[in-house]
Amino acid sequence: MNRYFWVLGAFIALVVLLAVGLSLNPREVPSPLVGKPAPAFRLAVLGQDGQTMGPEDLKGKVWLLNVWASWCVSCRQEHPVLVDFARRGNGTPIVGLNYKELRGDGAIDMRRVPAEQEVPLALERASGWLKTHGDPYLLTVMDIDGRVGIDYGVYGVPETYVIDKTGIIRMKHTGPVSPQILNDKILPLVAELNK
Amino acid sequence: MKPFLSSLFLVLGLIAGPAFASATNEAALAEDPVAEKRLQELSKELRCLVCQNETIADSNAELAVDLRREIRGMIRDGRSDNEILDFMVTRYGDFVLYRPPVKGITLLLWIGPLALLLIGILAMRSYLKRRSTQVANASRPLSADETRRAETLLKEMNDK
Repeated sequence: MNRYFWVLGAFIALVVLLAVGLSLNPREVPSPLVGKPAPAFRLAVLGQDGQTMGPEDLKGKVWLLNVWASWCVSCRQEHPVLVDFARRGNGTPIVGLNYKELRGDGAIDMRRVPAEQEVPLALERASGWLKTHGDPYLLTVMDIDGRVGIDYGVYGVPETYVIDKTGIIRMKHTGPVSPQILNDKILPLVAELNK
Repeated sequence: MKPFLSSLFLVLGLIAGPAFASATNEAALAEDPVAEKRLQELSKELRCLVCQNETIADSNAELAVDLRREIRGMIRDGRSDNEILDFMVTRYGDFVLYRPPVKGITLLLWIGPLALLLIGILAMRSYLKRRSTQVANASRPLSADETRRAETLLKEMNDK
């Protein structure tokens, strides 16, 4: 009898272990950047000729950095949530980081795009997309070659970072921001950081 | 005929696809074989976060291509292997390493399998011990009393 008890116990332990394993999201890799300063960059601002922007410009403010691209399907799904967030206007700026607008698009053969046309084409596509779907961003910066994306550990667009007043990354969310994530996680954190 | 032709093309495509994919790698290899060898070794240690079960060396995902380019640049700048791996870990975390460092949070990962093996060996030993005493008991010669009982039982059966 005792032996069966052990076998049953081991089986239940295994089932529990597998159940927990299956319910975890393998895409949710904890970012080592949380608690660290937002990596510096200086990138061209979309729609404002010659202007650039970097994280230090927003020192003293709590802000969101949202990584997006016009070819990114889940960005379309998340976008209304961001537009709604901006419209409610609690003053928290969202900066868009347009990630590899052309190079990331699997449908574009980059060998056919002349080098000097890449940037204008990317700007045109990005601003066209914002016109169609609404623009919740304070401004959008263009990461044409994805280098800044690498510094931020971007591996799946969309990604969203919450950055505090001193420029420290306080949270990273990989994948589309749902209304639930916005209300349950991002908004409370922003409110706390604004205190 | 048609299904035959289309399957032929499919097979050809499967063979040709990887051949085309490696063409660019070979071009880079010809440029600087030593650096390229180091790139190969390093990217075998790194997980592609897009496809998760492939190394950066094997993956053809956008990000893996970018990261190989980044590593190539760092090799050119004369950075050490450790510096390059650190670069990856500060951005993507320990998960990017196929051999994560031994520390508190990864301890279960490293000693878990060994611990399970040990538990298995102990359980098997105690089981074998118990079994061997059972077998020894079973094969012990019958006592005089038991022999008498067995004989009466056999006799009863024969009488029936």
